[in-house]
Amino acid sequence: MADTHAHSVAFVRKDVIPESPPPARQTGVPKWLRENLFSSWANTALTIAAAWAIYMVLSSFLPWILNGVWDASSLSQCREILAGKTGACFAVLTERWHQLLFGFTYPSELYWRPVLAFIIMLVAFAPVLFFDLPRQMLVVTVLFPFIAFYLIWGGPLLTPIIAFLGCVAGYLVFSHYGKANFATGFFGGIAAAFIVWSIGGLLVDLVRPEEPWMTPVPSRDLGGFMLNMMLGVTCVSLSVPLGIVLALGRQSDMPLIKAVCVIFIEFIRGVPLITLLFVASVMLAYFFPPESTVDLFLRVVIMITMFSSAYIAEVIRGGLAALPKGQYEAADSLGLDYPQAMRLIILPQALKISIPGIVNVAVGLFKDTTLVSVISMFDLIGMIRGPILASTEWSGVYWELFGFAALLFFVVCYGISQYSQWLERRLATDHR
Amino acid sequence: MKKSILFGALTVAGLAAGGAAAATLDDVKARGKLNCGVTTGLVGFAAPDANGEWKGFDVAVCRAVAAAVLGDPTAVEFVPTTGKTRFTALASGEIDMLARNTTWTFSRDVDLKFEFTGINYYDGQGFMVPKELGVTSAKELNGATVCIQTGTTTELNLADFFRANNMEYEPVPIETNAEAQQQFLAGACDVYTTDASGLAATRATFEDPTAYVILPEIVSKEPLGPLVRHGDPEWGDIVRWTLYALITAEELGVTSTNAAELASGTNNPEVNRLLGTEGDLGAMFNLDADWALKAISSEGNYGEIFAKNIGVDTPVGLARGLNAQWTEGGLLYAPPFR
Repeated sequence: MADTHAHSVAFVRKDVIPESPPPARQTGVPKWLRENLFSSWANTALTIAAAWAIYMVLSSFLPWILNGVWDASSLSQCREILAGKTGACFAVLTERWHQLLFGFTYPSELYWRPVLAFIIMLVAFAPVLFFDLPRQMLVVTVLFPFIAFYLIWGGPLLTPIIAFLGCVAGYLVFSHYGKANFATGFFGGIAAAFIVWSIGGLLVDLVRPEEPWMTPVPSRDLGGFMLNMMLGVTCVSLSVPLGIVLALGRQSDMPLIKAVCVIFIEFIRGVPLITLLFVASVMLAYFFPPESTVDLFLRVVIMITMFSSAYIAEVIRGGLAALPKGQYEAADSLGLDYPQAMRLIILPQALKISIPGIVNVAVGLFKDTTLVSVISMFDLIGMIRGPILASTEWSGVYWELFGFAALLFFVVCYGISQYSQWLERRLATDHR
Repeated sequence: MKKSILFGALTVAGLAAGGAAAATLDDVKARGKLNCGVTTGLVGFAAPDANGEWKGFDVAVCRAVAAAVLGDPTAVEFVPTTGKTRFTALASGEIDMLARNTTWTFSRDVDLKFEFTGINYYDGQGFMVPKELGVTSAKELNGATVCIQTGTTTELNLADFFRANNMEYEPVPIETNAEAQQQFLAGACDVYTTDASGLAATRATFEDPTAYVILPEIVSKEPLGPLVRHGDPEWGDIVRWTLYALITAEELGVTSTNAAELASGTNNPEVNRLLGTEGDLGAMFNLDADWALKAISSEGNYGEIFAKNIGVDTPVGLARGLNAQWTEGGLLYAPPFR
């Protein structure tokens, strides 16, 4: 039978035809190119134009980077080495990197101190930013401001200890009396802190050692990107709590508190930051006697904090306004008092809504710290615009220096922005 | 009513500042440091080097005063000031003296209540243009865009010059010399105008300095010098005569290398009086007899300071010109030490 059949048909295929590859234009790179880049005449034209633009940028930019001179002592020497070719003069970064990062007067043998403070800062912020980490790490966070102060400014060890004890005393008084009466606890806490600080201040002056372990560094000697980081970190972390208080104050039923908050916010928002900085650096000096002037760094911190807290207050007010009235009523019906309702129900939701806005203000604030260069503080931009471009060796180097500054700021600001997106995803409880 | 309170507060603040200023010499001695205002950076005149040490022509004046008063040329706290903050810093007592190539003008001297203590550089405002523009005289600049630093006398001189010659111009206001330089190179303006010394210094850093010309017209007088607050004539005298000591030292041939040797006594009574071996000039303003010797030994005499920071052998490359001694056809003329 099989035999007959075998002869009756000319050919029988005994195995499956192997799969042939799809036509070249329907697969892989060609398909992707055709669908995404050359799907129509208009898209083809745009693709070619874009490719040309990218080529133009890279063809001038890449040689500039790759030919870069990293080892020279001045711009003219850079030009000699390049001998007419295109190329960057990165030698300015290798020679002056420490001035860009720390300013030109911070003693170079003490650079380890701000670096150590920076590392501790990362540890201190971790538990605040990532709340899955063990809560014990918050000890570092609480101690960090005092450690950082001691590391960066130096001086007698007693100063940060007294500052810390003052804060502890204030907190103890507040937690003891604050439960019964908020105002008593609050003002009592402040009074207690001030008593400790003034007694401690006398004590520090009494036992001031001739040569403290940590060489003191005056605020005037701070500079470079370190100054931007210090201003940014201090002002953001101070202005968020202050902004919350202002936002709540603006919603308060008590006319006095409401009026104070509204006037503060509207006044600060109506004044440019640079004006506040000029007031801090120039005008205040007229009103204090020359010996007792408040430290310039502190004056600038106060002004920037005031400025950004007004903005953050408005952002948080937006978050509070977005909550349905039912949430407030639900809190009331549970019998919670005002602090409990705010802490447990209202603020967690309002702050979550406000995250993008707060981050927006924080990023803006961090970049605004470069404005201090106009009041002759040598932050990163001040260092570039002032001493480095005015030195006989490096006068005329722009792109390399400002590119470096842009890179540093981009890294930090992009990090903040990525963190906020992570935070939003992490806190997302709704079903979208 | 409110106004009077405000003025009252200002008056009190002014009096407080005045009271604090009354004994600047004692303040400086008690502090052990001289607070000296300088620029935030100007090639050749004041800029910190890679080690953070301030160097420059104006810086040398600060160091000489510190050496004369405190005996230590490094006992200076340099306070960088911008064109806008310099006068408030001096008026508020934040700095003891300002050496920030500041032009001596009537209103700054009289109205702002400062005392200019001499002239350490005779400058004048000039114009720089690209050679390809084909301009040979500042009178041909009608309709030009001009890069100009704000808050300086050059801004006012520019307006005066163009108005006097019936010409139009479009100003491009700029904050610092470094920015002006970049704007000018990028073609944002046809002309860059500032003090002629600044133009020369700026042009020296260009990749191709020969492609730019400095026009022959000098349109203003810019006597640059150190200044102090009104109200403390003794301190003003110290700054003034320290500067004159540097100038006189060049005239008399006293340099940083031979000053110590000459201080053991010479046949020239003027040198002896200057270096404190004869007479008691130092004691007249409560300084040591060898105050001038210390000032000269710190950075050298005027000529040495000039040559080291902005002279023809430096990248700035300025000739002495008006800033030569009067004996050599310049304007430097210090009153006699007697």
